[in-house]
Amino acid sequence: MLKLEKRPQPSKFWTYAAPLLAVVITIVLGMGLFAFLGNDPILSIKTIFWDPVFGEFAYMDRPEVIKKAAPLILIAIGLSFGFRAGIWNIGAEGQYIIGAICGAGVALAFYPTEARWLIFPLMIIAGLLGGLLWALIPAILRVYFKTNEILVSLMLVYVAEVLIKAFSIGLLRNPDGFGMPGSRNLRQYASAANNEVIAGTGMHWGAITAVFAVIVAYILFTRHQFGFNVRLAGQSPRAAGFAGVNANRLVMRCLLLSGALAGVAGMFEVSGPAGQIMGSFPSFYGFTAIIVAFLGRLHPIGILLAGLLMALTYIGGETAELTLNLPSAAILTFQGMLLFSLLAVDVLTNYRFKFAGAEVR
Amino acid sequence: MTLLNLSGLTKAYPGVVANDDISFAVGKGEIHALLGENGAGKSTLVKTIYGLVKPDAGAMSLNGAPFTPQNPREARSAGIAMVFQHFSLFDALSVAENIALGMENPPSPRDLSAQITSVSNDYGLPLSPDSIVGDLSAGERQRVEIIRCLLQNPKLLIMDEPTSVLTPGEVETLFGTLRKLADEGTSILYISHKLDEIRALCHHATILRLGKVVGTCNPRETTSSAMAEMMVGFALSTPKKASDSTGETVLELRGLSAPAPHRFGTALRDISMTVSAGQVYGIGGVAGNGQDELVAALSGETKTKGDMVCLSGQPIGTLPPNARRAAGLCAAPEERNGHAAAPDMSLTENALMTGNTRMDLSKNGFLNWHKARDFAAQIIEKFDVRTPSTETAARALSGGNLQKFVVGREIMQNPKVLIVNQPTWGVDAAAAASIRQALLDLADQGSAVVVISQDLDEILEIADSFAALNEGRLSAPVPTQGLTMEKIGLMLGGATEQEAAHA
Repeated sequence: MLKLEKRPQPSKFWTYAAPLLAVVITIVLGMGLFAFLGNDPILSIKTIFWDPVFGEFAYMDRPEVIKKAAPLILIAIGLSFGFRAGIWNIGAEGQYIIGAICGAGVALAFYPTEARWLIFPLMIIAGLLGGLLWALIPAILRVYFKTNEILVSLMLVYVAEVLIKAFSIGLLRNPDGFGMPGSRNLRQYASAANNEVIAGTGMHWGAITAVFAVIVAYILFTRHQFGFNVRLAGQSPRAAGFAGVNANRLVMRCLLLSGALAGVAGMFEVSGPAGQIMGSFPSFYGFTAIIVAFLGRLHPIGILLAGLLMALTYIGGETAELTLNLPSAAILTFQGMLLFSLLAVDVLTNYRFKFAGAEVR
Repeated sequence: MTLLNLSGLTKAYPGVVANDDISFAVGKGEIHALLGENGAGKSTLVKTIYGLVKPDAGAMSLNGAPFTPQNPREARSAGIAMVFQHFSLFDALSVAENIALGMENPPSPRDLSAQITSVSNDYGLPLSPDSIVGDLSAGERQRVEIIRCLLQNPKLLIMDEPTSVLTPGEVETLFGTLRKLADEGTSILYISHKLDEIRALCHHATILRLGKVVGTCNPRETTSSAMAEMMVGFALSTPKKASDSTGETVLELRGLSAPAPHRFGTALRDISMTVSAGQVYGIGGVAGNGQDELVAALSGETKTKGDMVCLSGQPIGTLPPNARRAAGLCAAPEERNGHAAAPDMSLTENALMTGNTRMDLSKNGFLNWHKARDFAAQIIEKFDVRTPSTETAARALSGGNLQKFVVGREIMQNPKVLIVNQPTWGVDAAAAASIRQALLDLADQGSAVVVISQDLDEILEIADSFAALNEGRLSAPVPTQGLTMEKIGLMLGGATEQEAAHA
C-alpha cells in the first residue's frame, strides 16, 4: 500500500514540476471526458490549447487571450497577498463590479468633455478606490467585530450584482439609448476608452497594469518587509506576532490591496472589452481569479502563467463549443479538473510516497 | 528474572545509524534507566520496543518469547505501556473522557470513573475523573497519562523524561508511585538525562552515546559526574560567570497585570520585579503558571499599561515588539516551532524575523538578504548549530539545534535585557552547557538576563536571584546562594518568602 511521508523540506523540484504535471493530467483526463462525449479527443485538446495560439485564426484569438488574462492576473495578484497570509477575500467579484461602476461613473460624469489626460487617470483612481472601499467593509468588520471575512466579502458580491443592475437601468443608463438598459459605450468615448496600447496585440492598459502588478508583487514578496510579513503571518501567525507583525493592520492591508486591484481590473474591463455598465457585466472574473491565484501557487510569475492558461481554456473552449459542438458544461468541467488535479499533485511538494509494509518512522 | 531482552538491535536511517548493535536486559520489577543525550538513539530504541519502528537487525524477547510488535497496539496488548514526554490530551474533555478515548474497548463511563478512582488511590496519584483536563496542572496531566497506562496492567512501563514538567514535590510523588509499581513487579524503563533523579530512583542504568551502548552501571554507586562523562564522552565544565558585580536597574516591572489571553491561559497578577545590568534573574515554576504570558507581556506581544514595564526608566508597556527590540529588549519564547521560529522558513529568514531591527537588516522596508544570510551564518558558527546551510528550513533542524539557533539569535543582538523561556529545553547536555555559558557571558558584558525555566538545577546553576511564578503571581526574589530544594519547593507551591524562610 502507498503511504505519504512528510518531507523535511518542501521539494524544490516539485514546486515547479507539480503545476506542469497537473496540466498533463488534466489533458489526459480531459481527453477521456471528450472521448466519452463522442468527440475526437486529440482534436478537442488541439482546439482548446493549440489553435488559439498557433492555429489558422490565432491572429484573432491571441489578443482575446491577453484581454481575458489581464483582469484574471490583476485580481489574482491582489488576492495572492491575502491568501498567503491566511486572509480570505472571496468577494473579489464584488470589488471588481464596484470598481467598474465607479470608473464608469467618473467617465460618464465628464461626458462629453474631451480631456483624456485628466479623465482616464481619474477613472483609474476611482476604480481603485471603489474596489478598496468595497473591501473595507469586510476588513473593518473582521478587525473590529471579528466577523468572518469569507462570508462578508462573498455576500457583498450579491449586493454589488444588484447595484450594477440598478445603475444600468437607473443613474448610469444611456440617455440616448431609447430606454434600453445599459450605460453609454465607453469605447466610443475617446477620453475614457481603454484601448490597445499596441494595436492588434490585446495589450490594453489593463494588461500593462497587470504585468506591472506582477513585477511589483514579485519584488514585494522577495525583497520587501511587507511580503515577508505576509508569508510569515501565513505560515506561523504566532511567530509573526512575536516578530512584530500587527495582525489587524495586515488584515486591513491585504484586503484593501486585493480590493483595489480587483476594482481597477473592473474599471479597465468596463472601459475596454465590456464597454458599458450592464446587468450582464459580471463575468465571474473575480471568482476565476481565485483559481488562477492557486493554480499559480500564489507566486506572481506562476499567476501570470496561470492567468494566461486559464484565459486560453476560455478562448479555446469557446472555439470548441462553436466548431466541435462541445457543451459548455464540458468546458467548465475541464477547467474544474485543472484545479482538482493541481490540488492533488500539490501533495508531492511537501510529501513523498512510500511503499508501506516498510516501517513508519 | 528477565522481562525484556534486547540483543543486537540495529536501526539505520539515511545518513545516520540511530541504534547500533544495542543489547541489554530489563529485569522484572526493575527500574532501568536509559541515559543519553539528544540524538543518542533513546527515542528510536523506545519506539522499537513500542512497535513504532522496525529494527534492521537484532531481536527482542519478552518473558523469554520472541517479541516483534508490528504496531503500538500489539506492543500494548503484550503489556508494554508508554508515557510520552508530550501529552496527547484534549483540554476541553474530562479526565475520564480523555482516558476512554485512548482505549480499545472503553467500559461504561461509570465503571471507568470507578477504575480511575481506585487506581489513583492505590498508587498515590490523586486525580478526579470528572476534572476538565484544561484546568489541570502539568503534573496532574501526567497523572492522567500514567493512569491511562496503568489501567492496561502493563508489565513494562516506559517513561520518557517524565520529570521535566514537575515541581520537586510532584517529582517525589511520582517516584513514590514508580517505586510501588516496581515493588509489585512492574518493570520500568526510565528515560532521562537528569542524573540525580536516576541516582535516586533507578536500580540499573544503560548509557547510550551516538547509537551505541557505551556503558552500564549501578547508578546508586556511581557519581553523577562519572555518568555524565560516559554520556557525553568527555568531562563537562560547569558554566561560570566571571564577576558577580551588577550595575543599575535596567528592567523594572511595576504591578504588571494582564488578563488571561485565552480560556486555558493564566492571568498575570500584580508582578513586580527589578533586574540590574549584569544580573541573571531566574524565574522558576511549573508550566502553565503564567510563563508564556509573562514573556508575551515583556516581548510586546501583549500590551499593558505603559509604566507597568520599564526599560532603563522609560515606560515601554504600550510599545510593539520591534520598538522594544530597538530599545534593547530581546526575548526568546519557549515554543520553538511556530513561535520563536517559523518552521517552514529558512534559517536566513528566521534570522531576519527578529534580527531585523537591531542588526539593521533592511532599509526603507527593503530587505538586505545578503546581510541577513551573514547574520544567520554568524549565529550558526558561534552557537555550533548543526545544519547543512543557512537556507535549510527551520523544521529540518533537530529541536536542540533549533533551540541553539533561537537563543543564539537573540544573544547575538547584544540586547540590554534578554528574556529567555526554557533556554535549554530538549537540548543535550553539552549544548545546554554552552547555551548557559553564553547567557552568563552576556550578563558579564553588562546585559540583564531573565531566565524562566522549569529546570531548577539550571536556575541554581546560572541565576543570581530566584523568584517563583505561581498562578500568575511572582514571589519576592531570594539569592540563589544557599537556596535548598525544599525552600524552592515551598516557594513554587505559592508559600511566601517568610514561610519559606522558616521551613
